[in-house]
Amino acid sequence: MSIKIFVPGDSAALALGADAVAKNILAEAARRNMAVELVRNGSRGMLWLEPLVEVQTDKGRVAYGPVEGKDVRALFDADFLHGGKHKLGLGLTEELPYLKKQERLTFARVGITDPLSLEDYLAHDGFQGLRKALAMQPAAIVQQVTDSGLRGRGGAAFPTGIKWKTVLNTAAAQKYIVCNADEGDSGTFADRMLMEGDPFLLVEGMTIAALAVGATQGYIYVRSEYPHSITILNEAIAVARKAGYLGPNILDSGKSFELEVRKGAGAYVCGEETSLLESLEGKRGIVRAKPPLPAIAGLFGMPTVINNVISLASVPIILDKGAAFYKNYGMGRSNGTLPFQLAGNIKHGGLIEKAFGVTLRQLMYDFGGGSASGRPIKAVQVGGPLGAYLPESQWDTPLDYEAYTALWAVLGHGGIVVHDDSADLAKLARYAMKFCAIESCGKCTPCRIGATRGVEVMDKIIAGQDTEAQVELLRDLCDTMLNGSMCAMGGMTPYPVLSALNHFPRDFVKKIPV
Amino acid sequence: MNLASHTESIASILSSQQNRPGALLPILHDIQEALGFIPPDSIQQIASALNLSRAEVHGVITFYHHFRTTPPARHTIEICCAEACQSMGAERLVEHAKQRLAGSKHGECEVKPVYCLGLCATSPALMVGEELHARVTPEKFDRLIEQMGIKT
Ligand SMILES: Cc1cc2nc3c(=O)[nH]c(=O)nc-3n(C[C@H](O)[C@H](O)[C@H](O)COP(=O)(O)O)c2cc1C
Ligand code: SF4
Ligand code: FES
Ligand code: FES
Repeated sequence: MSIKIFVPGDSAALALGADAVAKNILAEAARRNMAVELVRNGSRGMLWLEPLVEVQTDKGRVAYGPVEGKDVRALFDADFLHGGKHKLGLGLTEELPYLKKQERLTFARVGITDPLSLEDYLAHDGFQGLRKALAMQPAAIVQQVTDSGLRGRGGAAFPTGIKWKTVLNTAAAQKYIVCNADEGDSGTFADRMLMEGDPFLLVEGMTIAALAVGATQGYIYVRSEYPHSITILNEAIAVARKAGYLGPNILDSGKSFELEVRKGAGAYVCGEETSLLESLEGKRGIVRAKPPLPAIAGLFGMPTVINNVISLASVPIILDKGAAFYKNYGMGRSNGTLPFQLAGNIKHGGLIEKAFGVTLRQLMYDFGGGSASGRPIKAVQVGGPLGAYLPESQWDTPLDYEAYTALWAVLGHGGIVVHDDSADLAKLARYAMKFCAIESCGKCTPCRIGATRGVEVMDKIIAGQDTEAQVELLRDLCDTMLNGSMCAMGGMTPYPVLSALNHFPRDFVKKIPV
Repeated sequence: MNLASHTESIASILSSQQNRPGALLPILHDIQEALGFIPPDSIQQIASALNLSRAEVHGVITFYHHFRTTPPARHTIEICCAEACQSMGAERLVEHAKQRLAGSKHGECEVKPVYCLGLCATSPALMVGEELHARVTPEKFDRLIEQMGIKT
């Protein structure tokens, strides 16, 4: 019997040389006349250990990492194919505390299965949610999702079931399901890891959404910076369609649903749902005025469900195990789990799926092991480029939508970017303004003009020119952007800017050179 | 490639794609993939096929950072400049890259900023074509441009 070896095909592993590792393993096995079966799995999410190589043994999967191409010969010498001792050895993967302490619902299969093996997917509870949904009335599916308490994971945290209900109740000749896979936030990669590590799950979630609202066409809008995700999704769609999970007659139900991947073109604002719809229609990604909601007049003017990757990928388990099972995780009105993404200056960065309620301090120290540089952590940006910077006094607040709102912060898509004490928060505030100026769609003045003025003001503050008056001007400008912008691009840029100013005022006072 | 063959490859892309709903972005992607850029003199051809005005096509091309209307350098290195990569020294990496490539021939290598490649836990990160590189130190950068055959 051949021995199963896992070398991730996830982008993060590829970026660290996983292909060379895979190639060397096959060559070395051939040279030694050993029969191996190589699986290119998704990533387990312990990204500081990538490429993380695993071997199937009779005790379970044994992990080695981070493995470089040049380590492969020594691993064979150490008999790693039978779990032999080597300095890169980590023991049984499932026993690693980083994984063991998580609650993996949405990411249950990621890193474990072969992402493009339908057999693997089915053997790990795949398409169970879809099978249940096929036996249900649309309104009952929507009710399950509503009862689960699932809220949109793309940032705005709007209840998914309520959005679906609007689409279900809007009569139209054509309805659409659109998956927002634009994942533009710095510090986030959960969508990417899911699409690359378990693409059938997204296909299943979107198909359930289609059954729930009566849609027959779906689009996955993936950012152009994710070429590997696009390739894998296209393959998964072809496999699923061939096996009857997509197409004109899903599992002989008489229901039809077609799915297509569309590629973005490097505009951050196209993650905003109405801008994304414009882009899908082949136009500039200019934000639309709301109302009408996309649920009523969305893509090509038709009722459209638009949801984030993780929202849609959380639906199958809800249908499979029931709303109550999912709702049991979390706290308050934040039900279920969130895949947190620990990034930036952190020793053990990666994906941590946990129920809501965990704290930043737990994530950064119990999981993350502190900063990568070894210096003290100074500020943490949660929720992407439009999220606030949190000082240490706020690291013990539970990660929960309402608790964060009370801090004047946001969870967003769950990205956590850690900065050590060498960070200059005035420079980061300037960057936030600059980013808004570059990415503004240009529809409304507070954002289009405000962000450019904001950069100028920040330049003066950084240069120490007339600081007090400029800071006052900055606050005034932020007030206008907060209250006068049409969407959260301009409307939330003040979050990083003002939180930096309020929590780290000393960085805004020019240090007088000695 | 000359102008006539541009027109021809664009025509074949247009005829295979123009009937898709929301066809303009897929078409622009295909053209840029085939030719490396979107020739400005092809705007009329694209506009006619889709029944759009030239202004509309021009507007779309210029709205998106990904599309370009001039031929690319022989190599393009896209370095992530977003927050997570900044926290791990992206700024120093960009400086280093500029310095190293300062002496290279015009049109040999272009360094462009990108905003997040989804490699934020293994930063700083960069992309060459579709090839990704993470935890890029200046030394790793030097090895990379050597492998790419870029003369500095
Ligand atoms: C500037 C901007 C960028 C956004 N980027 C994304 C994104 O990349 N991915 C995403 O899912 N939502 C993004 N959103 C949120 C979407 O507008 C929308 O709320 C989301 O797609 C709805 O799906 P959900 O309910 O499943 O979260 C962005 C919003 C704004 C204002
Ligand atoms: S806030 Fe900015 S991105 Fe949003 S609509 Fe206004 S100009 Fe466009
Ligand atoms: S013309 Fe409208 S803001 Fe200047
Ligand atoms: S911030 Fe650089 S890869 Fe995400």
